[in-house]
Amino acid sequence: MKPGRLASIALAVTLLSLVVPARAATIEITMENLVISPAEMSAKVGDTIEWINKDVFAHTATAKNGDFDVTLPPTKSVTSVLKKAGTIGYYCRYHPNMKATLKVEP
Amino acid sequence: MFVRWSAATAAAILLSSPLLLQGASAADKPTDPQIAHIAYTAGVIDINAAKQAQKKAKNKDVKAFAEDMLRDHEAVNKQALALVKKLNVTPEDNDTSKALSKQASDKLAELDKLDGAAFDKAYVANEVAYHKAVNGALETQLIPSAGNAELKSLLQTGLKIFQGHQQHAEHVAAELK
Repeated sequence: MKPGRLASIALAVTLLSLVVPARAATIEITMENLVISPAEMSAKVGDTIEWINKDVFAHTATAKNGDFDVTLPPTKSVTSVLKKAGTIGYYCRYHPNMKATLKVEP
Repeated sequence: MFVRWSAATAAAILLSSPLLLQGASAADKPTDPQIAHIAYTAGVIDINAAKQAQKKAKNKDVKAFAEDMLRDHEAVNKQALALVKKLNVTPEDNDTSKALSKQASDKLAELDKLDGAAFDKAYVANEVAYHKAVNGALETQLIPSAGNAELKSLLQTGLKIFQGHQQHAEHVAAELK
């Protein structure tokens, strides 16, 4: 293989990495025994949150600023994709003592 | 002053939950089958109260509260039934359960005579008192008396969720004033 070709492949790979954004991650947030954990979590726009409800109670993940409102049936998981950046406080509408924060970076 | 106020509070708590205390004094600890029966009965009572409120309540916060009660208490009772089945325990009727049921059916009849804002207020006020009494009984009698670890754990989860209900009811009651 000629060195020139190798360089062009390297360049192509570099360019590709500029065009294709870092692969979105899936982040797990669990609600168990009326507690959300982790209570603070960082993520990026485009990441998927897997909301895991281990309780026999229905819960919600409701953003105080209205960015999201996910309903979690008892002992079920639900996924949602983060669309907006910001530090978002959220809670369960049914059990408002359940509170947590999600830091969403652009 | 503080002492007097505490005494008054204690009296109020005793007055609001005489039936829970009467059936199971410290000397006469309820057994697990009795505890399961009491806890299940207490849940059914709040479910029936919520069903009545769904029909009669006018205020949207009161309606939403009743819906929350129905959802959570049905979930706890479903769990309780699954647990007694798993443990092969037959819930045992007892004086506390009987007294609770009697008191609750009297309350249902009393609330049934009210309508509109008067109903909303009376229902929420009773929910505050009822959750306070049940939480007190869970904390001081039922949880400490429970022998089986899984039953104890379910009661503890119940206490946590019912404390939230009490706060919620207090909040709704304050909004209605």
